[in-house]
Amino acid sequence: MPRTLLPPRLRLRRLLRVPPPLRTRAVAAALAASTAVALALLAGCGSSADTANALTVGGSGATGGRLSLVAYSTPKDAYAELIPAFQQTAPGRGVTFAQSYGASGAQSRAILAGLPTDVAALSLAPDVTKLVSAGLVAQDWNAGAYHGMVTRSVVVLVVRKGNPKHITGWDDLVRPDVKILTPNPLSSGGARWNVMAAYGAQIKAGRTQAEALDYLKQLFAHVAVQDPSAAASLQTFSRGVGDVLISYENEAIAARDHGQEVDWVVPDATILIENPVAVVNSGRHEQVAKAFVDFLLTKPAQQIFADHGYRPVVEGVSGPHAFPTPAKLFTIGDLGGWSAVTKQFFDPKTGLIVPIEKAVGVSGG
Amino acid sequence: MADLPIGVHPRRGVAGATRAGHPLSRRRAAAPAALAATGFTAMFLSVVVLLPIAALLATGLGPGFVEAVTTPQALAALAFTVAVSLVATGIDVVAGLAVAWVLVRDDFPGRRFVDALIDLPFALPTIVAGLTLLALYGQDSPIGLDLAYTRPGVALALLFVTVPFVVRALQPVLLELDGDAEEAAATLGASPWTTFRRIILPALRLPLVVGGAQAFARCLGEFGSVVLISGNLPFRTEVAAVVVAGQIENGDAQAAAAIAVVLLGAALVVVVVVRSLASRRVRSAR
Amino acid sequence: MIARLGLRIIALGYLALVVLGPVVLLVVRTFAHGLEPVVAALTSPDAVHALQVTLVLVAMAVPVNTVFGVICAFVLVRYRPPGTRLIAALVDLPFAISPVVLGLALFTLYGRTGWLGPTLAEHGIDVVFALPGMVLATVFVSLPFVVDEVAPVLEEAGLEAEQAAATLGASGWQTLWRITLPAIRWGVTYGVVLTTARALGEFGAVAIVSGNLVGETQTLPLFVEERFTDFDLTGAYAAGLLLGLIAVAVLIVLTRLSRRLDRRDRDGRDREPDRPPAVEVS
Repeated sequence: MPRTLLPPRLRLRRLLRVPPPLRTRAVAAALAASTAVALALLAGCGSSADTANALTVGGSGATGGRLSLVAYSTPKDAYAELIPAFQQTAPGRGVTFAQSYGASGAQSRAILAGLPTDVAALSLAPDVTKLVSAGLVAQDWNAGAYHGMVTRSVVVLVVRKGNPKHITGWDDLVRPDVKILTPNPLSSGGARWNVMAAYGAQIKAGRTQAEALDYLKQLFAHVAVQDPSAAASLQTFSRGVGDVLISYENEAIAARDHGQEVDWVVPDATILIENPVAVVNSGRHEQVAKAFVDFLLTKPAQQIFADHGYRPVVEGVSGPHAFPTPAKLFTIGDLGGWSAVTKQFFDPKTGLIVPIEKAVGVSGG
Repeated sequence: MADLPIGVHPRRGVAGATRAGHPLSRRRAAAPAALAATGFTAMFLSVVVLLPIAALLATGLGPGFVEAVTTPQALAALAFTVAVSLVATGIDVVAGLAVAWVLVRDDFPGRRFVDALIDLPFALPTIVAGLTLLALYGQDSPIGLDLAYTRPGVALALLFVTVPFVVRALQPVLLELDGDAEEAAATLGASPWTTFRRIILPALRLPLVVGGAQAFARCLGEFGSVVLISGNLPFRTEVAAVVVAGQIENGDAQAAAAIAVVLLGAALVVVVVVRSLASRRVRSAR
Repeated sequence: MIARLGLRIIALGYLALVVLGPVVLLVVRTFAHGLEPVVAALTSPDAVHALQVTLVLVAMAVPVNTVFGVICAFVLVRYRPPGTRLIAALVDLPFAISPVVLGLALFTLYGRTGWLGPTLAEHGIDVVFALPGMVLATVFVSLPFVVDEVAPVLEEAGLEAEQAAATLGASGWQTLWRITLPAIRWGVTYGVVLTTARALGEFGAVAIVSGNLVGETQTLPLFVEERFTDFDLTGAYAAGLLLGLIAVAVLIVLTRLSRRLDRRDRDGRDREPDRPPAVEVS
């Protein structure tokens, strides 16, 4: 067996044949000291209540407690502004946050697997529904005025600056010279919106279900990389891979605001995205979590979302970005609703997407 | 000696022999302290190593095993991982030989600095290693060499993290090689190349193989340094460890575990081969 | 002469291209926009917290592995119970295993759907997505170092001094405390330094079991990756450089140590009879 993956310190070991002077105490003291440091750091970090469960920063506690926000990959910048804004409000005073961002499906599974969560902000409703089935989110989570949704967007086609490949709509994506990026629909919520937008656009164009599925198959044959999340996909695109990135409109806006050299095309027929947010029954801070979710639906909060390229759900909020309404905008409801669609398309064993993914050689399910 | 529990120690045989016959050691073996220490070790290893590996094997070797590891994406990633690891190991062996030779037999200003530099890739966190390589060989490469998202880029990341293995395996052996045989050969008219081939290389074969195998094992499972530079393009630059991570994201723990089991098996094969090579060498030395 | 020069150029050129060049450029890139953004990135609450988490992991994993390493080395070298070979193999396993595979293994065992996860969760103990899982992952990846450094030293220290002490009437504890532990202390120290270096930088395994909660379970290596994916290159470089500096500090300790040991070695060598050159594979 390889002794160590490190330098064999031959000579080092040889010297130790001669026992050095007795100075055991130094070693013992060092050990004790590092243990003490560990305990001190832990104590410094840990708020009294949940040291066993999670590391918490010093300065937590106070009145508000600490909310754990688990979200999908794109709204990070928006929450970076929303959280301080919430902390300015009465219910938000003294509340601190732990945040996690990642692919919506993966985040939903992580919550199911025990990731400590108070507020789940996911890409699409089924990822919340999974939490409802597990008893982690209340049955009536979508009973409010906005049906549990906090932001809207549409699926757009992000292209290189100046649109060198002259992409105008869905049909251009299956041209032989076009390489596409879209995240993996088995982990990413954005990818599922993308799939349903592409599929629904075909249906809207009067094609049959079989023809629409055939289009999806062709589309995936043009996909260069399926990253785990929409954010990772944008990262890959910005590194020069692919001609078209299928993505959220807000992600395209944010990319340009961050100085990325991109344009985007809003197809005539595309899907209206609605992103849910829900309070998770963690048994810890449900009151504060509820207050935070309520805050997200206030005008000031919606304004921040709009600034970051999201279409607000609350009326009367307008941001710096124009949000064109595509001629043939459709919703997931037009395609049968998420519960039917999820089963039909995205079941990891029997979904329609599985053979399509298999055909391009990407393992899934 | 029945086994080589901790690596290869040429002198272990002697030590073992004295120990076996000594009354003190026998008394110790039965002492409660020995039992307690052994019990603690066994328990600790079970919790930290054995149980997780067992759970992984149980999950991975389920009915879906063959299917999961034979998807085109998994096969391509496994094949690429092995291929790029072999290439990196080959370069490691050649370059490592040159570096170790220069460090031991040559003298120049800054030799100590270079010697310390060898350990840097070990000490540097893997994710920082990837970031570091992207600074010079990424999109904004100042020397115009963009290896991001390419296969050579992956190989480069592996080369970076495996720099210490071959060099550190060779150094002590080179140090101990006395120059007498080489001088004798030279006196007898052997060319430097012949001397190298006939005198030096045979002595270095074992450390080369062992260092190379360690590097190879490390390459097979490398994740952190590769993940940024490879772009993880399926069928092109995606390595097996990244596929495992992707399958975890996709919620398919079973497929992830299946591919993980293959990686684990490959690593174990390397370990066993090295161990048997090394122990043969010890036997022949005795 | 020419051959020697050529070889020197090849060897140093290789190291410059693969190791030194990228590292130097990382430093240059970090400070490309001056010191201010670097300081800002490193003093952001998330970065500070990530550093804290990383230090906690190190401060917990290192003592655990030190105690285990010394005891395990004793078991391997002195007691040699049945199954010694298996113990040695298990200790070395973490070297051969991909960190991702390890993270997954911990997940399949301690996750909510794993073997032990549900039982532990009932008792209010969360392993995965919490500190215990991250500590376990860190302990696992840095497991072999102390054992590997201490075992050979223990072996070479031999039993003579201990036997002498016992003959002179020292108790077991006295012998351990005054003879054996001092003999292995440099091995322990060296192992601790290596363990620290490894524990500081673990990425793959921790990425899988941590849940990457920013401001909670995010470690500094995870922070580096997150900043990079968020196009915050300065933040990524700054945190990466900080980790690198800590690594270099560890390295300096390492070099100092081995130099000091080399010196003692030279002193000690005079007293040693000549022995045949031996291959030590490590």
